[in-house]
Amino acid sequence: MVEIRFHGRGGQGAVTSAELTALAAIEEGKFAQAFPSFGPERRGAPVMAFVRVSEQQIRTREKIYEPNIVVVLDPSLLEIVNVEAGLREGGLVVLNTSKSAEELRRETGLKARLAIVDATKIALETMRLPITNTTMLGALLKASGIMPIDALRSPIQNRFGPIAEKNLAACLRAFDETNVEG
Amino acid sequence: MPKETGICSWKELELGTAIRQPGSAGELKTGDWRSMYPVTDFEACIKCGRCYIYCPDMVYVRNEQGYYEQNYYYCKGCGICAHECPVDAIKMVQEGD
Amino acid sequence: MAKRIGMEVSIAAAEAVALADVDVIAAYPITPQTHIVEHLSELVANGHLDAEFIPVESEHSAMSCCVGSAAAGARTFTSTSSQGYALMSEICYIAAGLRLPIVMLTANRALSAPISIWNDHADMMMSRDTGWIQTVAENGQEVIDLVFHAFRVAEDQRVLLPVIVNLDGFILSHMIEPMILLDKEEVDRYLPPYRPKLRLDPKEPITMGPVGMPEVYTESKVAHDEALKASRAVITEAWKEFGDLFGRYYHPVETYKTEDAETILITMGSISETAMTAVDAMRADGRSVGLARIRLWRPFPTEELIAAVKGARTLAVMDRALTLNGVCGPVCAELKSALYDRDLHPYLQNYIVGLGGRDVTVQNFMEMSDGVVEAAERGAPMGYEIINVRE
Repeated sequence: MVEIRFHGRGGQGAVTSAELTALAAIEEGKFAQAFPSFGPERRGAPVMAFVRVSEQQIRTREKIYEPNIVVVLDPSLLEIVNVEAGLREGGLVVLNTSKSAEELRRETGLKARLAIVDATKIALETMRLPITNTTMLGALLKASGIMPIDALRSPIQNRFGPIAEKNLAACLRAFDETNVEG
Repeated sequence: MPKETGICSWKELELGTAIRQPGSAGELKTGDWRSMYPVTDFEACIKCGRCYIYCPDMVYVRNEQGYYEQNYYYCKGCGICAHECPVDAIKMVQEGD
Repeated sequence: MAKRIGMEVSIAAAEAVALADVDVIAAYPITPQTHIVEHLSELVANGHLDAEFIPVESEHSAMSCCVGSAAAGARTFTSTSSQGYALMSEICYIAAGLRLPIVMLTANRALSAPISIWNDHADMMMSRDTGWIQTVAENGQEVIDLVFHAFRVAEDQRVLLPVIVNLDGFILSHMIEPMILLDKEEVDRYLPPYRPKLRLDPKEPITMGPVGMPEVYTESKVAHDEALKASRAVITEAWKEFGDLFGRYYHPVETYKTEDAETILITMGSISETAMTAVDAMRADGRSVGLARIRLWRPFPTEELIAAVKGARTLAVMDRALTLNGVCGPVCAELKSALYDRDLHPYLQNYIVGLGGRDVTVQNFMEMSDGVVEAAERGAPMGYEIINVRE
């Protein structure tokens, strides 16, 4: 079982990211759960969303305390949230950043294996919006290999309708441009 | 179920204690609650119908001549009719007198 | 054909209500039930569901509308949570007393004060003595299956009682997970059209809800109590038929690895799945632990629960609600009474867990399981303990 935690700000689509990941996994025949950090929604506030993906039926309802993967949608969160909290040994942090891995480590002290992509740039160029949720899904799938990138196609189409193609394009481009540390 | 008392086995109660017979409340005799009863002097009566309107228990029934007669099965003896009659045609009389 | 879907449980629940071809929905939105009624109002507004959606001004009005519509012979649905249930509770007693087969989804949530929108079973316990049938779901699949079961049982001529399907607020209501949703033909095969035994009809007038004088009231309540008792057979029969048709079998009490277990945990609702994971871990570690999960809360499955736990030496009973300064929590109180009646004396501890959205973890279950064994050895007095409390 893989447990993933998304960090974003209210309105940036962290919850949608979690949902789309789970829906794609379910469509692939896997078992999955997606859930927000339950409570009132507040635009701009740091928020988290969670996903479990498994080949077997998932029989736990506890929250996710020790994720295998953390996805950070907004680079400014690194200053106010410890995104590595609870991350398992050998875990992975997937980051939206315009910086290099070395720069990030120097500035933030991140210790985990990193996968980085400039998702804001890709989102702006592809969709003309700084919304990085679908973009970061491309990075997540590239870095984790939990399922093929095509699995996202139908959930994104169902969710975004007329703007689905742009979201998919951003997602695919991020998949190509994500650098994963060995 | 025995209508006079409503006393029966729980098995005989209608679903949800519903009452199937429409208007069965009409069988509830309230006429034995009174100690006084109204009597109308039809010589004085002007057929205005106020007794009929004000009576809380549907005691008054209009007859062919247009006068309002009491159905004592329901009359509780409250005296509202006598109080409201504009020509004092209704008198309250002690039961047993 | 039934299809496997990935969906938020609330949306799937609303789809199930729509597949049940409901006639009237009267509801007032409240967290965390909101998505259920929002989706139903959308289905009605978009013309996908031919039903009346009555957007009332309060839960009291919601249940009042439901009473009227069910009395007129319509298949009727509502949903609420917590304070909403508290407000409608006056009418809930009436719905049951009048034997109206309304179906309600309660997205279980704590009661104020302090204000909490998060999950526990306080609202379920508040509705305990209203005389509704109550089932409790462990996961999304059960929520939608129990919705079909609820209509089927409620409207059965041998039952004619309202049914609440409980689902844990947020933990289930806001979860996206895979479920198998029946199609319309399958639902129709399981759920016949509602044929009311009595209904309000100007052409054939009847009185519903007359005064019950002291000479009648007790008999009336006996009739209600007997109806609930008689519903047991129909509830299990309807689950059996559901299983025969669709392959998913449900029982009033489900057991997991209880056969030879020295210690048995007793749970209700979504914590049951987490408890199963804990049982697996403890079994792997050589500890003799099993789990009994209560799916039917009212009528209480006394015989089934006793049968499930009677072989165990120690029992850890979880309550997700607090009976402040009672003998113990509500689930535990039922079990203790049932054990006393049968002269059974296992060592038992009651753990109050997960109040107002507090997480209940696999680790917690292991601690409670070990805790009850340790308390038994020590001979500690049996009582209730609220776990994970900061001193």
